Amino acid sequence: MYDCIIIGAGVVGAATARELSKYNLRIAVLEKGTEVCQGTSKANSAIVHGGYDAAYGTLKGKLNVRGAKLYQKLSKELNFSYDKCGSLVLAFNDEDEKKLEELYENGLKNGVEGLRIIDKDEILNMEPNVSQDVTKALYCSEAGIVCPFNATFAFIENAMDNGVELFLEEKVVNIRKENDYILVGTEKGSEFKTKILINSAGLYSDEIAELAGDKEFKVKPRRGEYRILDKKVSDIVNHVIFTTPTKAGKGVLVSPTVHGNLIVGPTSDPVDDKEDTRTTDKGIEKVDEVALKLVPKLSLNETIRVFAGNRASIEQGDFLIFESKNIKGMLNLGGIDSPGLASSPAIAEEVRDFVSKYIDLTEKNNFIKERQAIPHFNELSDEEKEEILKRNPNYKKIICRCEMITEGEIIEAIHRNAGARTVDGIKRRVRPGSGRCQGGFCGPRILEILSRELDIPVEDILKESQGSNIVVGRTKGVL
Amino acid sequence: MIRDITCIACPLGCEIKVEDTENGYLITGYTCKKGKDYALQEITDPRRILTSTVAVEDGVLKVLPVKTDKAIPKDMLLKCMEEINKIKAKAPIYVGQVIKENILNTGANLVATRNLAKKE
Amino acid sequence: MEYDCIVIGGGPAGLAAAIEAKDNGADKVCVIERDRELGGILNQCIHNGFGLHEFNEELTGPEYAAKFIDEVYKRDIDIFLNTMVIDLTKDKEVTALGDNGLIKLKGKSVVLAMGCRERTAGAIGVKGFRPAGVYNAGMAQRLINMEGYLVGKEVVIYGSGDIGLIMARRMTLEGAKVKAVVEIMPHSSGLNRNIHQCLNDFNIPLLLSHKVTEIHGKNRVEGVTIAKVDDKFNEIDGTREYISCDTLLLSVGLIPENEISQKANVSIDLRTRGAYVDSNMQTEIPGIFSCGNVLHVHDIVDFVTRESRIAGKNAARFARGELNNSKYIDVYAGDKLIYVIPQKIALDDENGALICFRSKNIYRNPTVKIYSNDKLIKQKKYKIIVPSEMIQIHLKYDYIKDLEGNIMVDIEGEKND
Repeated sequence: MYDCIIIGAGVVGAATARELSKYNLRIAVLEKGTEVCQGTSKANSAIVHGGYDAAYGTLKGKLNVRGAKLYQKLSKELNFSYDKCGSLVLAFNDEDEKKLEELYENGLKNGVEGLRIIDKDEILNMEPNVSQDVTKALYCSEAGIVCPFNATFAFIENAMDNGVELFLEEKVVNIRKENDYILVGTEKGSEFKTKILINSAGLYSDEIAELAGDKEFKVKPRRGEYRILDKKVSDIVNHVIFTTPTKAGKGVLVSPTVHGNLIVGPTSDPVDDKEDTRTTDKGIEKVDEVALKLVPKLSLNETIRVFAGNRASIEQGDFLIFESKNIKGMLNLGGIDSPGLASSPAIAEEVRDFVSKYIDLTEKNNFIKERQAIPHFNELSDEEKEEILKRNPNYKKIICRCEMITEGEIIEAIHRNAGARTVDGIKRRVRPGSGRCQGGFCGPRILEILSRELDIPVEDILKESQGSNIVVGRTKGVL
Repeated sequence: MIRDITCIACPLGCEIKVEDTENGYLITGYTCKKGKDYALQEITDPRRILTSTVAVEDGVLKVLPVKTDKAIPKDMLLKCMEEINKIKAKAPIYVGQVIKENILNTGANLVATRNLAKKE
Repeated sequence: MEYDCIVIGGGPAGLAAAIEAKDNGADKVCVIERDRELGGILNQCIHNGFGLHEFNEELTGPEYAAKFIDEVYKRDIDIFLNTMVIDLTKDKEVTALGDNGLIKLKGKSVVLAMGCRERTAGAIGVKGFRPAGVYNAGMAQRLINMEGYLVGKEVVIYGSGDIGLIMARRMTLEGAKVKAVVEIMPHSSGLNRNIHQCLNDFNIPLLLSHKVTEIHGKNRVEGVTIAKVDDKFNEIDGTREYISCDTLLLSVGLIPENEISQKANVSIDLRTRGAYVDSNMQTEIPGIFSCGNVLHVHDIVDFVTRESRIAGKNAARFARGELNNSKYIDVYAGDKLIYVIPQKIALDDENGALICFRSKNIYRNPTVKIYSNDKLIKQKKYKIIVPSEMIQIHLKYDYIKDLEGNIMVDIEGEKND
């Protein structure tokens, strides 16, 4: 019997697991994917928003501001990439400027610190490459950028260091109350008993809620399309550069990433199918148009990847966090779209407060607060490099030449808690394949390493999900 | 019957026509002797060098690149592949080493095109 | 460790450069190779057709490489395998990581010979899903030819570059069904003989002026949508067609890999995406030379060899303090050329200069004309010039020694598609 089961290992589920792992609780995380971080958390803007955008009085407004504060502490404790680089919302006319004023006022009410409206000279001083047509901007020093993958991995790794159990490829198909516990059944036929159940299933949170008979919300996925540009053109901006928001969302942004690339996007288009993460000509054209308006000199031809992700939007607009009316002890986290990434540590605290209503929370005295990231060999000093090489000869071999990733880093990514099992899993943890060659050179080596370290045939290695096998067989029947 | 052949002897890519007449083949459209010879060969007996790999035991690689040491009839390519797919060579192997003599009686030997060391 | 000449890259360019450097008096020479063996990309190019110019015979890639590898091992040249250069300074200090750990080398001269990489689906922005089954042709080539894995059973190839054409035949021979080769240009960027022997021999259709508009399949490729394009590469309405397949191979261009060069502040020509070089293959950083596909993308390895010998020889001359040219003129590409290499010629060098260029279009019976200050200094007639085949013309010392104005290379003749 678990004290708490969390459905879904995206950034919210993982942050929640980590928060709850501070207490004397038996916790399990059930994830339907082959690895953690395969839904909305893997494909978004990677921004920790300042919190001026979400309307005062909403959960989004409250949790975003709190979440952004927590990131500063958590990124240090858990050693994941986060950079409080600040953001600028650019205005180009009177109407935009009026909107900036509204955002500014709203931000103050939400308790956002470091907000200022700045004029053209100061903008161009901070960001010489933005459009000369800019008139004013809302600067927010509290906004930042984060690696959503490694934040999620850091949360889940540390949670597991503190005893949380992770079950992969366990898709929940039924939920019912029995006696004084909740019975959770999965497609594979596993059954889990728990006192508390947290539905952090993101895009599928409505379907999980429905298993409990909760029909308060319906996820209407909104797709966001993006470009990722080569590192060599990323120094064109230093802050997250936003257009003035509209009803459709926070609009297109141009931003550095914590890995030194540039991200441009997103669109915000409703799609019928939660898995419809196609990129489209129309979408990318729209991204380009707005991005070039913000930063005219943007080198869009230095794109290394286009991608899209779907947000778990709901009609209500705000995060919808509520206890199931049908199953006591089950908490639904509905509508976690933007600023969900920024808010995730604060959502985790909300969940903690919910759990405390049912279970008397006592802190572990052996809680492991810190987690170390996998060292990025190439970024270390020569002395540090020598030190690692002495300990582990696997760091001698560079596998990914674009991002300069060593075999040692890849092996560690596989053998950590909630370690990589797929090619994309390796890519998200330590980045081979996310550079300009997109795995063209290192792909075969990654297959070889995964096969060896996991002791599975190369034919069984997946790109990401079941059915995404990289090779289909041997060329010679006799092998 | 007239057959059109795009010459591959040089980048020019002459469109050569070969007509089967009572007095033998009538070849037109070529601009050099190489082209004429090529067209005649393509009509009468098209041949290709076949390159592929064979499975290897104990090698540093699992497959060994091979080729036929002379061109074989074009229509034998896929049949030879079936034969090649049955072969298992054993490392170490040296470039030029004959892996299969006179493959399918084509008169061509299948030879290794690289050195392949034994796995330590 | 100190070297007279450090060669970065052990493929065809690096091997030829290292041999030539050694034979021209560079005492201590080393080759740094990131793979487990020398030979570079040739090791996976198991098809034949290499070496017609160099050896007057048709070799496979590994055989061509082996000839040079043997020559390297016959000489006292240090070889670092499994070793990746991670830093290079303009003072020719090389930091590398490999079997020997972190090593620091200092060269009197350095030859850049790192080759190129393939353009990717992301770079050309193919829309749709991003499933398994979308591979660069070169990666598929390595998996099939060196590791023995079949990457798919029903294949569409995007781009008719030579690697794509060669892979169409390889996949077919290994039992896959290649359904089409899709090319956005009105002509193939591959060699005629490859179209004939790799596609026509196996009845594989080549769809010119077509593009892949969408990739289908969430997990593994399930198909692609293709469409005809007009002369501005815009999709023509109503021409969409769905082809079911489990694999999309991309052969959509190669890009010189100059990330290491840029660490040493070597300046890069935006047209070739390789270094600016003079006729000695020296970059704008004295003592750093560049050759092969890292300089500009070649179609024939024999030409790589030829160019790399020049780089190796001059790297040796530099190391010995014998490369002291002082008179240079610039070389410009005319309107009909994509680019010309080198961008600068040393007039006072008795080796003369090897000029390489690519045309933008197909020309029949053209004349290549080389001018200096509007004065024709050399011309050469060709039966045909095509964009897929680089042209090399050697200018003897006698032709250039007294030149004063800059050189312009262009084609005279009518465009012909």
